[in-house]
Amino acid sequence: MRTLTGWIAVHPVLAFLVVFAVFPFLVPYKALATQVLIYGLFALGFNLLYGYTGLLSFGHAAYWGLGAYGTGIALAKLQVGSLWLALLAGPALAVVGGVVIGFLCLRRRGIYFAMLTLAFAQLLYFVGFHLADVTGGDDGLRGISVPPLVLPGVRIPLDTSLAFYYFAFALVALAVAGLKRILDSPFGAVLQAIRENSDRAVACGYDATRVKHLSFVFSALFAGLAGALDALRLNVVPIESLYWSTSGQVVIMTLLGGAGTFFGPFVGAATWLVLEDRLAVFTESWPLVVGAIFMAFVLFLPKGIWGTLLARLGP
Amino acid sequence: MADLTLATLAAQVFTGLVLGMILVLLAIGLSLIFGLMTVVNFAHGSLYMLGAYFGFFLIAYTKSFWLALVVAPMLVGVFGLLMERFLVRPLYGRSIDDPLLLTFGLSLVLVEAVRLVWGKIGLTLDPPPALAGAVNLGFTYFPLYRLFVIGVTVVVLVALLLFLEKTNVGLIIRAGSRDPVMVRALGFDLGRVWLLVFGIGTALAGLAGILAGPMRGVYAEMGVTIVIESFVVVVVGGMGSLPGAIVAGLVIGQVVSLTTLFAPKFAEIMVFIVMALVLLVRPSGLFGEAGLME
Repeated sequence: MRTLTGWIAVHPVLAFLVVFAVFPFLVPYKALATQVLIYGLFALGFNLLYGYTGLLSFGHAAYWGLGAYGTGIALAKLQVGSLWLALLAGPALAVVGGVVIGFLCLRRRGIYFAMLTLAFAQLLYFVGFHLADVTGGDDGLRGISVPPLVLPGVRIPLDTSLAFYYFAFALVALAVAGLKRILDSPFGAVLQAIRENSDRAVACGYDATRVKHLSFVFSALFAGLAGALDALRLNVVPIESLYWSTSGQVVIMTLLGGAGTFFGPFVGAATWLVLEDRLAVFTESWPLVVGAIFMAFVLFLPKGIWGTLLARLGP
Repeated sequence: MADLTLATLAAQVFTGLVLGMILVLLAIGLSLIFGLMTVVNFAHGSLYMLGAYFGFFLIAYTKSFWLALVVAPMLVGVFGLLMERFLVRPLYGRSIDDPLLLTFGLSLVLVEAVRLVWGKIGLTLDPPPALAGAVNLGFTYFPLYRLFVIGVTVVVLVALLLFLEKTNVGLIIRAGSRDPVMVRALGFDLGRVWLLVFGIGTALAGLAGILAGPMRGVYAEMGVTIVIESFVVVVVGGMGSLPGAIVAGLVIGQVVSLTTLFAPKFAEIMVFIVMALVLLVRPSGLFGEAGLME
């Protein structure tokens, strides 16, 4: 076990590729595998900001939602025929949101930050709710059809769940590699220095606010890509994409899995989705159980599942 | 907008004042708890909701609105005491984010538990017969109950300020929020003060809930939107500042109410726009001290 966790710590991208290449065949049904990938990517983006930079955002629904609506509107309303162009639109919109909201929220530090991110996400929710002509409002944005994937020489329809899974797998793998690259870079080192001691990082000559802002924007980019993929997966963007409950969901997933660990977000996403899947059969009140489990984790297991495993076994 | 008269405008200002009062009660509780313990109580909206539900059932069993008005906030306060003692206290000394995360989990649990126990359908809470009807203010008719809400809030706020400014315990609370280490060194048991303040803050949320019940309805999710608006009030007023919470609460109440009159679709959005403007111009809030609690 110790050598296994050590190997995973050194080669996280390879580990991701190995596990998720066969993942659809390990779970009860393939749709669940796609959900774990997409929500895992969402949590990965959140974790960059919370786990690695130390900034608790309670408004990541904003970037998930902007990503979903950006791609969804491109396909359903603007009739964009190219999958790539549509997939670019969502994350681009999320990045714009991250630049603006990040700038405003980073004017306050500490606990204010969480409340501000939450408030701005609610602002976007109400905008989405009232701009029904563009977003479909309360009914959600309907009529999203996924164009075939066009690569040089091939044209692959994404209409089977397995084809879509591997398409998402390729994109999420790129994002995972990108995150690994960010964390290994000098910029990544500064992020973690800021998390440990912001004042000292400033004393070392780093512009902490700028670094945090950049981390915020990267985080929004990952969340936006996840939202965009989810719009393609569901063929619809529900208005709840922008609601605070979505922000809460990614917080819970990341903490269950282990904030500040590389694979915590995927472990947490899988845990949440399996819990939801299993519990919803028995009771409508499954959020009560998930909420109680989350409270127990905050109190007794703050490192989360993956974080505790790593601490026990040691990399 | 052609039929806009001074009377409609005045009525809307009064409605905004009532909403402002509810927001002030919530924001002051949040701000007190934050000022002393640097804990953001995310479950504040759920306690507001509990206040309304407790009120509903106390009225149903005792047939007395007045008894419920006193007992429901006390029950919520007791719940708050238990919350501080058994859930929040183990987290002191850990990251400032941890109590926020924990109370977020608690808010999910409470909303679901209320749905499970008392059903998903909202309840109607009637104002007592003595407060039914409307009064003539000279320029407009206004529901008596809403005037009563304004009166109760003013009385409670004055009592709270007198308590904080004139009593020894209030002195310790104020000193504790400035410099807990020094207060401890002087031999005061801050743990008990924290417990007390948590109880007072949550009881205020309960009071806001039972007061709001007859105006806004009683349902499990009733605290969700308003707690986010109270966060905005706290940010605009300046975290930990009681005058800030009062002024900002009243301002936000007017913003919501007047936007509802002129451009209903923007009512919810304007709150956040005001917040963004305050952040741009004065990041520490109207009454906040720069650098405090960061």
